[in-house]
Amino acid sequence: MFKIPFFELFNRKLKNAPSFYKAYAESFQSKKIKNMPLEALRFVVFDTETTGLDVRNDRMLSIGAVGIAGNTIHVKDTYEFFIHQDKFKAETVPVHGILKKGKYKQISEEEAVKGFLKFIGSSVLVGHHVGFDIAMINYALKRLGAPKLKNKALDTGVLYKKTIHQVNILNRDKQYSLDELCADLNIDRADRHKAAGDAFITALAFLKIRGRLDVKGQLTYKHLTR
Amino acid sequence: MENTIAERIYDFLKAFPPFHFMDEKSLLNIAAEVKVIYLEKDKPVFKANEANHGMFYVVKDGAVRIYRIEDKEPQIVDICDEGDLFGLRPLITKEDYQLSASANEESILYGIPIALFLPMALENKKVSNFLIASFASNVSDPRALEKSGKLFTEYSVERTSEILDLKKAKYTKNTVTCAPELSIKEAANKMVKRHVGSIVVLKDKKPLGIITNQDLRDKIATGLHTIAEPVTTIMSTPVKCFQKGPTVSQAQLIMLKNDISHLCITQDGTPDTELLGLITQQDIVVSFANNPIVLLKEVKRAEKASALREIKIKTGELLKKYLDQNLPLSQILNILNEINYSITVQAIEISLKKMNTEPPCKFAWLALGSQGRKEQLLTTDQDNAIVFENVPEAAYETTQDYFLELARQVTRTLHKIGYAYCPADMMASNPRWCQSLSEWQSQFTQWITNPSPESLLLSAIFFDYSYVYGDTPLVTTLSDRIFEVLDKNVFFYRHMARDATKSPALLGFFRQFLVEESGEHKDFFDIKQRALMPLIDAGRVLSLDHKLRNINNTAGRFERLAELEENNREIYESCSYAFKALLKFRTKQGLLHGDSGRFIELASLSKAEKLKLKRCFKPIRDIQEILTVRYQLK
Repeated sequence: MFKIPFFELFNRKLKNAPSFYKAYAESFQSKKIKNMPLEALRFVVFDTETTGLDVRNDRMLSIGAVGIAGNTIHVKDTYEFFIHQDKFKAETVPVHGILKKGKYKQISEEEAVKGFLKFIGSSVLVGHHVGFDIAMINYALKRLGAPKLKNKALDTGVLYKKTIHQVNILNRDKQYSLDELCADLNIDRADRHKAAGDAFITALAFLKIRGRLDVKGQLTYKHLTR
Repeated sequence: MENTIAERIYDFLKAFPPFHFMDEKSLLNIAAEVKVIYLEKDKPVFKANEANHGMFYVVKDGAVRIYRIEDKEPQIVDICDEGDLFGLRPLITKEDYQLSASANEESILYGIPIALFLPMALENKKVSNFLIASFASNVSDPRALEKSGKLFTEYSVERTSEILDLKKAKYTKNTVTCAPELSIKEAANKMVKRHVGSIVVLKDKKPLGIITNQDLRDKIATGLHTIAEPVTTIMSTPVKCFQKGPTVSQAQLIMLKNDISHLCITQDGTPDTELLGLITQQDIVVSFANNPIVLLKEVKRAEKASALREIKIKTGELLKKYLDQNLPLSQILNILNEINYSITVQAIEISLKKMNTEPPCKFAWLALGSQGRKEQLLTTDQDNAIVFENVPEAAYETTQDYFLELARQVTRTLHKIGYAYCPADMMASNPRWCQSLSEWQSQFTQWITNPSPESLLLSAIFFDYSYVYGDTPLVTTLSDRIFEVLDKNVFFYRHMARDATKSPALLGFFRQFLVEESGEHKDFFDIKQRALMPLIDAGRVLSLDHKLRNINNTAGRFERLAELEENNREIYESCSYAFKALLKFRTKQGLLHGDSGRFIELASLSKAEKLKLKRCFKPIRDIQEILTVRYQLK
């Protein structure tokens, strides 16, 4: 059988990708971030609110994201949009509080995703159970005829486990909720279940977890992924 | 785009000064530009001599210590916690940082860019007043002021700030001026002759420019220009002008806004009309006449209780201002105590004059309780005592009678001034508390050797005595004797320690506040009994055990203990800090409700205030733990 090498497959995909995606992909220069000190990296912490938990069929209602440089979150460096969706599920409204025709200005999914890619560039993505949010974005990209996100990503749920001493882990498979993290790390929980609010809380959690892991201040990116 | 995060920051800032003066739109704009900074414990925010960051900081969570390095040792100047603002002054004066700041615990700070904040602040009168206040009183670095001799510079202690705001600024009408052709040397000579720090260059009676001491330093002394050149080469031009009759606050604002120290007054407020006068920063300072130095002078001049009462009222106003300005509490205590102390001294002198004869022997007037500890901010009742020289038994009664009469005079005078009589009659006018040295010695010996609940309560008040007036050796002898007796009766410390730890836990199981269960103050939190007293009692027993003399105030005691016991340093330092925070809290509550501030209605506190209060409880638990272990109380 004719075999296409992986990178060629990727290149072919990129060739056919829409122009906004190409611009995004170009921002990834062959920088080796593995050994870079954390201070030098830009992290983007993000969260999405969705109509449900099925990445294939549910839709994003809002994206909230905030950038971290060094030990600082610059409030100006945020991205927050509500998305107009035809798909709407009344039963999840109590969770995220976003009504179909809510008080917030809504933009199309296409606009929101394009803006999001521009905002994140090649930054390292961070989220609580980030796999889900990345999958939501990837499906939205797919609907726009574009390949998947290329960014490195870190999950605060996983990072948090690293801060707990082996001895104290009772259940290795336990998933820590954002609420549990906040309680332990002493973070206010106003605006829970608003994408940008959750992103901000997660960003604070990320900084605090990083502080606990990085006692000597010498951590590089690869230490976080180990 | 929505901005939930900015709204969240707005929600926090709006609870604290000076942001609570700002309108929603301005504050939201500021919130959108905030930098949220996370710091691990002991990570620096800024260091002395570092260029300023272009933003000042508000503590969101945690605490930041502000310190200076003295002889390679860090000296803490202040600790800022939730809602406190720091690092502002260098931005306004455009200087490098003079002090260093580091996270005292894991902290989150909000960094607010000055470029955005300042224009909005200057437009808002309340905010700019707040800034001027902190600017004029130099909150960030009281010691630097001490050195420059301006410690007591105060921006306003008028009864109402309105008076000051509308007060016309006084200015020099007889301005020192010169012609543009004059050489710099001649102009400088003119300044020397007239004892002024600036000279206005006039052309056709209109101000062309101004030369100040600073120009002479920056442009002449540095060799940039020679003294033979005409004044026009180094003058600052155009000059900032204002029309006739600016108010003090207007003048001050213009100076602040333009970063200048001189303001020309002209006919129509532009440099194109005739010069009428000159306002300098010095003039502004002088117009705030009601500062502590002036008050102290007034005390010395006062011949009647009524005059002292006036001063006492003004002192109260001063206290309010200081608290509004968020001056460090140790600073406020120092100033207020100095005034209270001299008022008492003056009251005694006035009373002595009323006595028909001179005192029959040497005596000393002692302050007890909170006054003795120099912790009295709000006017509470008087607690005082007299100790007089040992006299032959035959003369004892007449001698005591004389001092009782004197004490009655003094307490009456103090009462007129505004210090209420002590309901428990712990005053020098009570024969029990007006005794000779040997009587006092046996009294203390009895308290120490026979501790009973009553004697513990009394000794708690009497052990905190401090000398106010009269013969110092008498008091020193008394202290020597007390320490001797204590040395032989170490078990007494144990009784005191038990007494200090008897106050129950401060928080219930669910971290809620424990409130009074019955009585007049049902559901109120008793900050004195539950929070201040445990610290005061613990500080007393530990410092008696260490034989610390001449430090009576609780915060000072803990600071000294921290130096003596390296292994408990952190706990003692936090006790000192907690005590100051709690006392400040009580004082603010007292001023707010016009009472002693002792009972706090929890429902009226904001979440931030409750948090602040709760934060002070950990040191109390820690110190009680230390006492329990050290004196084997269990």
